[in-house]
Amino acid sequence: MKSSIATWMHQRPKIRLLALLAAPGLWLVVAYLGALGALLITAFFTIDTFTGDIIANFNLGNFQDMLTDPAYRNVMLRTLGIAISVTFICGVIALPMAFFMAKVTTARSRKFLVALVLTPLWASYLVKIYAWRSMLEPGTGVIDWLLRPIGIHSPGFGGPAIIIGLSYLWLPYMILPIYAGLERLPNSLLDASGDLGARNFYTFRRIVLPLIFPSLVAGSMFTFSLSLGDYITAQIIGGKLQMLGSVVYQNFSINLPFAATIATIPVTIMALYLWLVRRTGALASL
Amino acid sequence: MTLSTRARYVLASLMGVGLAFIYIPLSVVVINSFNSSRTFSWPPTGLSLKWWEKAVQNTGVRQALGWSIAAGFSATAIALLLGTCLAFAVSRYNFFGREIISLLVVLPISLPGVVTGIALSNAFTKQLGISTSLLTVIIGHATFCIVVVYNNALARLRRMGTSLQEASMDLGANGFTTFRLITLPNLASALFAGGLLAFGLSFDEIVVTTFTAGPGIQTLPIWIYDNLFRPNQAPVVNVVAATLVLFSIIPIYLSQRLSQDSTSGGRF
Repeated sequence: MKSSIATWMHQRPKIRLLALLAAPGLWLVVAYLGALGALLITAFFTIDTFTGDIIANFNLGNFQDMLTDPAYRNVMLRTLGIAISVTFICGVIALPMAFFMAKVTTARSRKFLVALVLTPLWASYLVKIYAWRSMLEPGTGVIDWLLRPIGIHSPGFGGPAIIIGLSYLWLPYMILPIYAGLERLPNSLLDASGDLGARNFYTFRRIVLPLIFPSLVAGSMFTFSLSLGDYITAQIIGGKLQMLGSVVYQNFSINLPFAATIATIPVTIMALYLWLVRRTGALASL
Repeated sequence: MTLSTRARYVLASLMGVGLAFIYIPLSVVVINSFNSSRTFSWPPTGLSLKWWEKAVQNTGVRQALGWSIAAGFSATAIALLLGTCLAFAVSRYNFFGREIISLLVVLPISLPGVVTGIALSNAFTKQLGISTSLLTVIIGHATFCIVVVYNNALARLRRMGTSLQEASMDLGANGFTTFRLITLPNLASALFAGGLLAFGLSFDEIVVTTFTAGPGIQTLPIWIYDNLFRPNQAPVVNVVAATLVLFSIIPIYLSQRLSQDSTSGGRF
């Protein structure tokens, strides 16, 4: 019986393919994309201010509110600024670390260092932000204790804290693609550049950087997009500062259509970013 | 590469600074859990184990851990099934829309969690009229866990090729037997790595969970979040946080021993 089913299936590759695709297709296309589509449509609806019910009258009012109210424009620019800063900081910290791991250290310690960089990815997101609460706490925090002797004070909770916290969270996501890119880069290229008289920094700028650019872009997609939609970090160490995610979160229970409208901003920015990345051709070489 | 000694020292110290940046906050969490005082102040005035005892006895923590494990295992099981199916379809067949699949699969994890969260919550409660529960949490988690299983399985299937399967079938084994005796054993370690990563993602997830969890369902991250700003609970939160930091070594150890597919376990 069982073998006859096997034979029957074997002779029908279309059926086999259909069986493989049915469940994940239903799940991802119907359930997930369906939910996203429904949310997008909700963005064009309004809410009855008395009953709180959603009224399905297709209009652009929410988008108009979002684009004309300077408060939302500020939140959008601030979020964008934070995401760009985080990406930049992660890049600056990650580059020398990845370079050291891939090109300077011995094979033995390389494996160990990769594990050291990977471990915090498994430590809880919340715990890491909570850690920065203890670090940044004005007056009694670790930063004030550690750096007060050299005259540095904790920035306290607010924009800089959010940037530090998010950079901390996403740093491994930047180090790993750059490390992988550098590992693929043949040493002979660096030697050749050196033999031809280029100094270290010149080799780095003219040989290494252009060749690992796709890896940098790959890393930036994580740091940028993950920062763009975050709101938990802002809630824990951001003081009163709000990000786009915070606005979505707050509107979710009181005005879902407007929450959906705001949610289109990070999605649109990400889509634009991906499109830009595609244009540079960096994705193709990943 | 021939680097000057000075350049080597500079890079080595930047590596050190980077590692300090990564590990100082984590160490603070661990040390803080032994802080004998109820309120936070650095450096700790005294060390004690009493909060660890309190945390072990805390029913809220235990219950949350239970929910997290239940959600994690269920979501991982679903992700393993769906992700493997997709990986087989993409690696072994040619069909219309094949190129879209890798994009579709990565979408739930690349879109901001708050977008996925409100979309699912809206679909469950408003469109379908289902009230949120543990099941809705599992559905939400499974959706973004599929990608890690898919990536791991796909990489392995591509590397494996089809010659072993063909050999098995030439020798008279049918499709099921070949799958059981040849394909699955070859795929197992990739599935384990993917499953481990899926469980890790689910165990740590907070945003989608916030929007899809039914009343009374408190996964561990939600428990931490709910108690983060309660001064009374701070010592217990510290212990839970420290435990999570210390336990993060286990999956790294496992994946280092097991997966040679990629250093990141297929996240990229």
